[in-house]
Amino acid sequence: MSTQQQEPETQEAPKDPDMKGAQSPQDRRLAEKESGAIDEESEKQAELEGETVHIKVFRYDPEVEGKQEPRFDDFHVPFEKGMTVLDAVMYARDEYDSSLTFRHSCRQAVCGSDAFFVNGKQRLGCKTQISDLEQPVRIEPLPHQEVVKDLVVDMSHFYDQMHAVEPYFQDEDTPDVNDLEEQRQSPENREKIKMSSRCIWCGACMSSCNIAAGDNKYLGPAAINKAYKFAMDDRESEEIKEHRLRILEQEHGVWRCQTQFSCTEVCPKDIPLTEHIQELKREAVKKNLKFW
Amino acid sequence: MYEHDVIVVGAGGAGLRAAIAAHEAGADTALVSKLHPVRSHTGAAEGGINAALQEGDDWELHAYDTMKGSDYLGDAPAVETLAQDAPEETMHLEHWGMPFSREEDGRVSQRPFGGLSYPRTTYAGAETGHHLLHTMYEQVVKRGIQVYDEWYVMNLATTDEPDPNDRECHGVVAYDVQSGNIEGFKANQGVVLATGGPGQAFDHTTNAVSCTGDGHAMAYRAGAPLEDMEFIQFHPTSLPSTGVLISEGVRGEGGILYNSEGERFMFEYGYANNSGELASRDVVARAELTEVDEGRGIEDEYVHLDMRHLGEERIMDRLENILHLAEDFEGVDGLVEPMPVKPGQHYAMGGIETDENGQTCIDGLYAAGECACVSVHGGNRLGGNALPELIVFGKRAGRHAAGEDLGEAEIRTGYGDDAEDEDDTEFPVTPGKAGLDEVDEAIAADGGVAADAEGLLERAVERERARVDRLLDRDEGVQHAEIRSKLQQAMTDYVNVFRTEDGIKKALEIIRECRQEYQNVYVDDPSRTFNTDLQHTIETRNLIDVAETIALGALVRNEFRGAHWRQENQIRDDENWLKHTMVSWDGGEPSVWYRPVILEGQDKTYEPKERSY
Ligand SMILES: Cc1cc2nc3c(=O)[nH]c(=O)nc-3n(C[C@H](O)[C@H](O)[C@H](O)COP(=O)(O)OP(=O)(O)OC[C@H]3O[C@@H](n4cnc5c(N)ncnc54)[C@H](O)[C@@H]3O)c2cc1C
Ligand code: SF4
Ligand code: FES
Repeated sequence: MSTQQQEPETQEAPKDPDMKGAQSPQDRRLAEKESGAIDEESEKQAELEGETVHIKVFRYDPEVEGKQEPRFDDFHVPFEKGMTVLDAVMYARDEYDSSLTFRHSCRQAVCGSDAFFVNGKQRLGCKTQISDLEQPVRIEPLPHQEVVKDLVVDMSHFYDQMHAVEPYFQDEDTPDVNDLEEQRQSPENREKIKMSSRCIWCGACMSSCNIAAGDNKYLGPAAINKAYKFAMDDRESEEIKEHRLRILEQEHGVWRCQTQFSCTEVCPKDIPLTEHIQELKREAVKKNLKFW
Repeated sequence: MYEHDVIVVGAGGAGLRAAIAAHEAGADTALVSKLHPVRSHTGAAEGGINAALQEGDDWELHAYDTMKGSDYLGDAPAVETLAQDAPEETMHLEHWGMPFSREEDGRVSQRPFGGLSYPRTTYAGAETGHHLLHTMYEQVVKRGIQVYDEWYVMNLATTDEPDPNDRECHGVVAYDVQSGNIEGFKANQGVVLATGGPGQAFDHTTNAVSCTGDGHAMAYRAGAPLEDMEFIQFHPTSLPSTGVLISEGVRGEGGILYNSEGERFMFEYGYANNSGELASRDVVARAELTEVDEGRGIEDEYVHLDMRHLGEERIMDRLENILHLAEDFEGVDGLVEPMPVKPGQHYAMGGIETDENGQTCIDGLYAAGECACVSVHGGNRLGGNALPELIVFGKRAGRHAAGEDLGEAEIRTGYGDDAEDEDDTEFPVTPGKAGLDEVDEAIAADGGVAADAEGLLERAVERERARVDRLLDRDEGVQHAEIRSKLQQAMTDYVNVFRTEDGIKKALEIIRECRQEYQNVYVDDPSRTFNTDLQHTIETRNLIDVAETIALGALVRNEFRGAHWRQENQIRDDENWLKHTMVSWDGGEPSVWYRPVILEGQDKTYEPKERSY
């Protein structure tokens, strides 16, 4: 399902009679997993210790009866200085409901796993201080992507777009590695690609983009930015650069961008995405590459 | 069932490099990873890659520094291989487009790092690991190497001859996190484990949530020994709430550590009268914990790292990223208040025993990267030496697994005639298996030995399916999070930078309790779809096994070497301890033994010297 269409799918939980009997505890829990009870429990426990933070978390599981219909669960987690949105959902999971599901790994804004839709904006869970947000804090999966479960979205379309720009160095004409000689690059040129090279593939930009939402084939800000990194790198030859620009100026490439800046606003790595896209448009024009 | 020539488990720096190498050697190669490759923790590395690239530098100096840093517990053939191959491997990265920082003449920049006699740390801003990871992933995409991402590898399919040295590995069993399907992956030529560090065995770590020592535990239970597990590096300045690393740069620029009394304790209490805050990592970490133990910690937990006196201009100029880290992850503004810091687990020097070709004692089973122990780092890893290890030994493992001849290895693996048994130390509790493994028993009772690789894999798949069914079907008992946090707490309380015999024994007792509780573990989330509860529950079992080997190693090694400190014997004891600690699973009844360290290099012998800087 997707957060765009609010209609939940009504799909039967796939049951495998060989694996578990109809009355197995697992089945019972499948049925029991409805909201309410969890909220009360967390409320009681957390209130004991001073301040709590109220979070409302989106829940959905195609297999679990009470969760096939998307809903929000309330959790009250004890506040601690420095607590991030990720800390809060981790606490809720570990203390109240172990089925609460989201991706996360590094906890330091480098793995790009935990972009969520927090209080109406795409943000990295681990990089967002909960004290900066208005309560209750609403935590939802990234919009415009299929929801797999709870806060987990299907990233395959995002990855496809990233792969579509041939995101790899293509020069075969590199020095002999045994000579320990590098390709020279000026510090200025390195600086030029610095910001673009910081992308952590979190998908926040893509999710915030109206154009991407309407045009499934649009490469999107992250992929274009990835291509920018290569196109601007002097280590690759002019020919390859031109090849890259051709990929970018196709029908669903740079010209789709209407400079709304939403991607730039949400990027947790502060990459000037819109600027990069604009610059590529100018490059394409300079190179006399035709509009499609 | 899936089938490939080489299966690489894990897609961090080591796994990606292994896959590229195996692919280049002509093998049909696949990466199986519980995270999408770009999410791997290699991306968190900041500092750089040590490689003797420049004229005036020399691989031999790099080898010498590494051996000295290891406190003479690195094996010379491994150390020399690292130093010799690192320059070429670093160049490969550059040729693949990695955005290294540059000098005016366009060459890659190198900077000085602790313990190095030459500025040979090659870096890409403060994000070296991120760039290394992404650059290699790009090359994987370019080559069209198959990636099974978000597939969690649960176990290896190995034969079960009585002597692990006779065993063979034929593949792995993994489950697709998204769908919950459990499948076999047959490896015709080899399996390379590149699953990263075991930092989650500790309560407070700079490692990612995914660093759960899965590869360690799987290889260990399959019969490959774990080596030098007691050697854990703790970093003195990590943020208390998340473990995010605050780099040494702050102290390098003049940052000062204060206790709750506002005293500059490094000097005030004589921990390091000369170098103060700039003393080596382990000294500073121990000082911080002493302060907290003696009641001079803040909130009984941490100390303050103050950089305000450096002034806004200098901070913005040199330490801007630190301001962001403190703000984003701790909610602290480093310009107006001191930053809270405490020691955090950072790196595991030990791991799955391999030779310099990445091979374990089990035929067809390889390991590379932080999960492996070649051993390059010995008792202590130098900053900037882990990333070159990934690319040097990742590549070797990949090539060897794909059938390339790399020459006979000098390092031996597996229990053999050079082994010395440990029989002096009394363990407070019996380590290893707690009770019967019902699933294993049931499968064993079900039929004889599998005839061929395929049969072997099928049975392994069956076993894992049964295990998962059992976890999901159970309705009550303990949840893994409770056990995990108890385990992590015990490790941080007793097997941390301070280690005493009594403390370590206490930890072993708690680990035993965790094992027993784990017998009753259940997974509350009933769904097959993206069941992270299930995944974490399996990981917790691995953490228990790995934590136990760390504690066992810490208990037997009664000396102070590298990162391992023992209260009872605070000196390096070369007479008795120039040897690796090995722990073998032995079918669930672990044994500890030793293997001598190799200090003889190609042309010279590294004579142990005092490790002072
Ligand atoms: C904060 C920080 C800073 C550092 N800075 C430096 C530095 O400056 N220089 C340096 O040399 N070193 C540094 N290190 C150390 C170095 O980064 C790591 O040792 C190294 O990156 C580990 O790489 P790896 O490939 O072995 O593992 P990882 O990058 O952790 O990758 C592990 C892979 O295994 C997969 N995996 C794990 N378990 C399973 C399973 N069961 N099934 C399937 N897949 C699995 C994961 O998905 C992942 O892809 C730093 C470490 C940290 C934490
Ligand atoms: S460009 Fe920014 S928002 Fe987009 S995927 Fe990369 S890091 Fe995330
Ligand atoms: S957990 Fe890795 S980016 Fe947030």
